[in-house]
Amino acid sequence: MKKLNYIIAAFLVMVWMPSKGQTQKGSVLIKNATVITITQGDLEDTDVLVENGIIKKIGKGLTANNVATIDAKGKYVMPGIIDAHSHVALDAVNEATAPITSEVQMADVVDPYDIGIYRALAGGVTISHAMHGSANAIGGQNITLKHRYGTFNPEDLYMKEAPRTIKFALGENPTRVHGRGKNIQPRTRMGVEAIIRNGFNEALQYKKGWENYQNESKQKGATPIPPKYDGRLQTLVDILDGKVIIHCHSYRADEIYALINTCRDFGITNIVFSHVNEGFKVAPELAEYTMGASVFADWWAYKFEVYYSTAYNAAILTQNGVITSINSDSGELIRHLYHEAAKTQRYGQLSDQQALELITINPAKQLGIADKVGSIEEGKQGDLVIFNDHPLSVYAIPQMTFVDGVKYFDIEEDQNDMRISVSAMETVEPIFLKEHDHSCMHGVDFFFTNFGRNLFEHSH
Amino acid sequence: MAMALLPLLSHAQQFDGEFIKPRNGKFLLQNATVVTVTKGNISNGSVLIVNGKIEAVGNDIPAGDAEVIDCTGQFIYPGLFDGGGKLGLVEVNSVPETQDFSEIGNVTPNMQALVAINPNSEAIPVTRVSGVTTTLANPAGGIFPGTAALINLNGYTPDQMFAGFKGIILNFPTSARRSTWDRRSDEEVKKDAEKAEKDLNDIWGRAVKYQELKAAGGDLQFYPEMEQLSKAVTGELPLLVEVNAASDIEVAIKWIKEKGVKAILTGVAEGWRVADKIAASGLPVITGPVLSIPTRQSDRYDAAYTNPGKMAKAGVKVVIRSNDTENTRNLPFNAGFAAAYGMGKEEALKAVTINAAEVFGIADRRGSIEAGKDATLFVASGDPFETRTQVSHVFIDGYRVPMSNRHIKLYQEFLERSPGLEK
Repeated sequence: MKKLNYIIAAFLVMVWMPSKGQTQKGSVLIKNATVITITQGDLEDTDVLVENGIIKKIGKGLTANNVATIDAKGKYVMPGIIDAHSHVALDAVNEATAPITSEVQMADVVDPYDIGIYRALAGGVTISHAMHGSANAIGGQNITLKHRYGTFNPEDLYMKEAPRTIKFALGENPTRVHGRGKNIQPRTRMGVEAIIRNGFNEALQYKKGWENYQNESKQKGATPIPPKYDGRLQTLVDILDGKVIIHCHSYRADEIYALINTCRDFGITNIVFSHVNEGFKVAPELAEYTMGASVFADWWAYKFEVYYSTAYNAAILTQNGVITSINSDSGELIRHLYHEAAKTQRYGQLSDQQALELITINPAKQLGIADKVGSIEEGKQGDLVIFNDHPLSVYAIPQMTFVDGVKYFDIEEDQNDMRISVSAMETVEPIFLKEHDHSCMHGVDFFFTNFGRNLFEHSH
Repeated sequence: MAMALLPLLSHAQQFDGEFIKPRNGKFLLQNATVVTVTKGNISNGSVLIVNGKIEAVGNDIPAGDAEVIDCTGQFIYPGLFDGGGKLGLVEVNSVPETQDFSEIGNVTPNMQALVAINPNSEAIPVTRVSGVTTTLANPAGGIFPGTAALINLNGYTPDQMFAGFKGIILNFPTSARRSTWDRRSDEEVKKDAEKAEKDLNDIWGRAVKYQELKAAGGDLQFYPEMEQLSKAVTGELPLLVEVNAASDIEVAIKWIKEKGVKAILTGVAEGWRVADKIAASGLPVITGPVLSIPTRQSDRYDAAYTNPGKMAKAGVKVVIRSNDTENTRNLPFNAGFAAAYGMGKEEALKAVTINAAEVFGIADRRGSIEAGKDATLFVASGDPFETRTQVSHVFIDGYRVPMSNRHIKLYQEFLERSPGLEK
């Protein structure tokens, strides 16, 4: 049956090639809900009208012709949840071949067939930041995805309006992969700092080479030879020019502080620290000099550099004025980020407003997309989730999820099997006792083998 | 040198702050809603704790010389059980020097989890302030990796912590893939499963023979593995049969019946597919983590969330586990998700209290709030599964444990750091 669906779907794609660059936009009127706007408080018994993918109107007694209407009485509507650190929908995660691989692009390895996208939608997540892994001090460029599940074209998932971002990584992972795994720098946190600092200095030199060339070209009759193009250094130049936001895998306070100092020396302010388990120790510095911290709600002790962490991290950061988000870095956690955000109420007693900002407007700010998503406001994109209960309750269940006004998840209508591709080679569907995809160290497990143990279980 | 130091030591040294130790005594918890689990809720209720036991439960219990703890607006619950994980057996997951759950060898049932429990693991106080008071520590590894032990999360020696249950773990041969990284072909998987089943039967045959010879008064060679396994043959210890794929569950049930052993099924990720068959077998189930991904890509996204509820509805006695170590504190949230996705709050609460006590054979003294049972309970601002709920007091065997741990101390130190941004 599934195979037949697949053949039909393939046929449909052949006869109906979607016009390139045009993703589907929808219209919907959600009525009588408690609308959690995030930026303008909670509105009781209120309607939200989305037209052509954009939130057109928020108010009472709204009507619209020829628009699907949903009665959400007794239910809660909130903005689509945004995950600032994910590896869902990626075919590959780590280009672990050099301490700096800034030329690499995650946009090239987006997998629209990943069932993880659908599972994330079922958890109310409409946008994820698909990141390079943490093997290198400076990793590849990430891609911000909108979960338009069902397309066969990877480009349909790109959030094209989102600014460029890049992955950096500090501490155990880059030093293990390169220093201990390959006997090249960095083997220590000194080395990681130096690799990044040297990279920026080399980029400045590279930039100067191009500036010299361009200046010389302006001279009459000059025929200067252009410098050799280098995608790796050019990306670093783009970071220095403020065109790319750094998202840096980090854990310990010392390494976080060191990179803050490096960035300050080079005039870089577009930096978000990710995981950042000891961020609470340098909260005042993070608040003053960075775009904030994207953290786990409660993960700790899975490796040594997170042994001295606390589940109160997000609360301490928030109370110190750090822009803070809760991310998943996991194909499992991404399905209940609303619950992860609620843990800041157990650990630190944040208000509902503060807790929900952690998975909506704050990650939107950190991805540079807060003017388009992250709250329910007229003019913003129609990314919405309907819950049957307050989303911070452990008993809340997402009912419907919309991206650009298009419904991609509906608990009542969706099939059990939501795959959009089935391998023709597959005779018996495999059963997995554990799923190890979608994590930071995906693809570099071979560097771990000489440690005499399996590190798959704690690879973040 | 030593003589010179003595006068110094004889004076009480001056330290900052006071260290709070667990302490026992007589306590009267007053004016709470007592959620007994087995005998309904008592509003405006009290619980009197004397000598580690619940002396009385009800209304208007006189305090006498007991220390009174006012619990107005609060709820009292029995301590929660986590049906399995590695708490106490590992300190830092990636540091092998701190991993004490996996021995060398395929058949090592004689490896005792209780021996390796570290009573001073940082994760223990981090866990117990959530109301999870009792956990099953599971060895891992080969087909018979060791003997699991149930522990209470208070005490300075493993024996003080031991909560009265042990079971021998059997990792039942599986036709499933270990993980998405498992690249064996379908044939290889099948062949490996068949070989593992043959191995299992060989090992079991040896254990049965060992037991027969022992019972007949035979002069047996030193064979610690079979000595331990023979306890499962006689039923002195149950087998904790870890099994997850639907077809494996069916094979395991058949195997257990054939061998006539006392067993508990654990894992049981695809239990919902064969829930009726599990119910018919009468075998209890310890399942989890609930917060996990479906075992098959074609499964509904919430297959793991709904699994405990579907089994319970079919009539299976279900216990929930986190299968975690440092985040065993998430057990209540696993139960909360199970409750939301079909199990219901009442049944989910049983799954982490009285059901667990029954499955572990200690329901005469644990699993509910009743006079005469162990005083292992906690006080919370509300539903312990609800994320925002605050737990205010935890008692384990009558010991009032400190409501602090490293996570809380770091919060206290760093919420308002001094010096702040400026020097």
